[in-house]
Amino acid sequence: MEHKDIAINGDYAIALAWKQVDPDVCSAYPITPQTIIVERFSEYVADGEVNTEFVCTESEHSALSLCIASASAGARSVTATAAVGLGHMWEMLGTTAGLRMPVTMAVTNRALSAPINIHCDHGDAMASRDSGWVMLFSENVQEAYDNAIISMRIAEHKDVQLPVMFCLDGFILTHAIERMTPMETKDVKAFVGEYDPVYPLLDWKNPVTHGAMDLSDVYYEHRYQILEAIQAAAKVAEDVFKDFAKITGRKYNSLEKYKCDDADYIAVCLGSTFGTIKVAVDQLRAEGKKVGAMMPRLYRPLPIDDIAKAVEGKKGIAVLDRFMTFGSYSPLYEDVVTSATSLKEMPKMYSYIYGLGGRDVKVSDLESVYNDMIGNKSKKVNHLGVKL
Amino acid sequence: MTISLKELAKTPTKMTAGHRLCGGCAEGTVVRQALMATDKPVVVSTATGCFEVSTTIYPYTAWNVPWIHTAFGNVAATAAGTEAAYNALRRRGKIKDEMNFLAIGGDGGTYDIGFQALSGALERGHRFVYLCMNNEAYMNTGIQRSASTGIGAATSTTPAGDIIPGKQGYPKDMTQIVASHHIPYVAQVSPHNWKDIITKFKKAYDVDGPSFINAICPCPRGWRTEAEDSMILGQLAVETCVWPLYEVVDGNYELTGESLRIAEGKLEKKPIMDWFKSQGRFRHLMDDKWAKVIKGAQADVDKKWERLKKLAKL
Repeated sequence: MEHKDIAINGDYAIALAWKQVDPDVCSAYPITPQTIIVERFSEYVADGEVNTEFVCTESEHSALSLCIASASAGARSVTATAAVGLGHMWEMLGTTAGLRMPVTMAVTNRALSAPINIHCDHGDAMASRDSGWVMLFSENVQEAYDNAIISMRIAEHKDVQLPVMFCLDGFILTHAIERMTPMETKDVKAFVGEYDPVYPLLDWKNPVTHGAMDLSDVYYEHRYQILEAIQAAAKVAEDVFKDFAKITGRKYNSLEKYKCDDADYIAVCLGSTFGTIKVAVDQLRAEGKKVGAMMPRLYRPLPIDDIAKAVEGKKGIAVLDRFMTFGSYSPLYEDVVTSATSLKEMPKMYSYIYGLGGRDVKVSDLESVYNDMIGNKSKKVNHLGVKL
Repeated sequence: MTISLKELAKTPTKMTAGHRLCGGCAEGTVVRQALMATDKPVVVSTATGCFEVSTTIYPYTAWNVPWIHTAFGNVAATAAGTEAAYNALRRRGKIKDEMNFLAIGGDGGTYDIGFQALSGALERGHRFVYLCMNNEAYMNTGIQRSASTGIGAATSTTPAGDIIPGKQGYPKDMTQIVASHHIPYVAQVSPHNWKDIITKFKKAYDVDGPSFINAICPCPRGWRTEAEDSMILGQLAVETCVWPLYEVVDGNYELTGESLRIAEGKLEKKPIMDWFKSQGRFRHLMDDKWAKVIKGAQADVDKKWERLKKLAKL
């Protein structure tokens, strides 16, 4: 089928995806750079283009609380936030997963305070990564749109029944207009299907208790079930990616690799940097340097075995964290290094911290990462572009 | 409407016996009455607290109606979520039955940590009944002070010391704060007056929008009282005017029960000293050096009572 391309920014693309899905409940609180998702969606509500119950709460904590409850009542529920807004939701993140509520959430990645800063880094997502949510990252606007749709299928799969957050870089993707191919609305509706809730509260003739208290005799087992569910999400995500490719022709992988197979040096990153780094790879390849890049699109559950396989036998791996852990190694670096511990011989691995608070990352910056590795100049931990 | 105990006894048991509330806890009494007051299916949301942990220790549940708990400071948002889902699914024709929504929080979950979520939900106009079970402290965590703790009360964070006589300052008047949201129905109740409670909950369920009922809930552990005295203490709270029974219907104030009779001169208004004498948490106030606390508390109760009578045009 012919699809007409449109020019759209990442936030409006998510609002468009939600309009096509027409979820039962959308609840959110405004925070830059997420605001224009919800503003655009509110226009769809005001014009009657969706049938969604739209609730503008008084805080992010309430927005997610409301979504948990509406999902448990039997409604497909969506929300969106960023930065300290995600921080304000933090208590409820674990509750969403613990109650096994398939809420989907757009996270427009933004730096955490202080100092207050509205621009992109991955501090918000990284501070939430152990909450039991499936996490997807997007390289560009098209992927942000696609992830909004894909995430529902993963979340609501009976083997998963977990919340999914899909991340897109603040401003770089949320506000920049790119060319995108939207799906036909009927295809979106067919792809996500009807919401089929498990033990909904509103089925009052079969009353259920959601959110009971566990003592130490069962808490571990119930938390273990979250682990089993998120592990199941690895295969479910691959299946959903395949189904999605059949309709759209856009094939996604849990671990996206770019020119990695014959590469000696690989850089690992998340989000829009994956697009920028492909240019750096191409330029260095033109100089005869064997380099590649990869991105774990599916960040939780992490494709551990795929990462191990991809880095095996390489001369150097640079892991780029758009976030800084204080007092230890940064999260993506830890993820990649620990993934590689299953190898007989681990490649040299370097941590690069970059782009905090929206600090621009240029192709030349990323080329320097590869050139450092090739020239044996990389330190174990490197701060890209920090002015000291 | 006529309400008889005989008829109430025939209503289905929505919250069963076998829960782990303490003997003499008034919360079970209040909630069972709140559930008796509606014939429609009811979905209950409960904040973290005594009541939540006592009624749902996995794998047991005391609930024969749909029930959800998500956290402490958000029960109004949780109840709003169940109502939002209901609105959405009813609009799509997936639900036909009319249903009610009940949110339950303690004073900690209402006056303190859940205050913002409650105010937001009231302003948005979700159709639910919010029940605050006010036992005047954080009893579940071991009797710490809350914004509803009465002046002079000894709690584990406001102990009666040599230089500080327990809780300082008067409690937040949550019922008045809620009334200032101009929602359709607001009331105060006490567990001992079943006719008053049932009547008020029936009204609360019937309004098209939010309603709020604040219930004084004597707590033998926290108040240092005997389990069998809880209903008497509820009555004493009303008769001392520490906890007047009243309702605000579309902005119009009406005193009810014993409070109306006190205002009409048909029942004696008891002194605050009776309230302080009845509970171990106030025992230290009997020392002469704290006479000014008792005097101040009496003046505060009198001031609020006179204001309330004025609002009720009495």
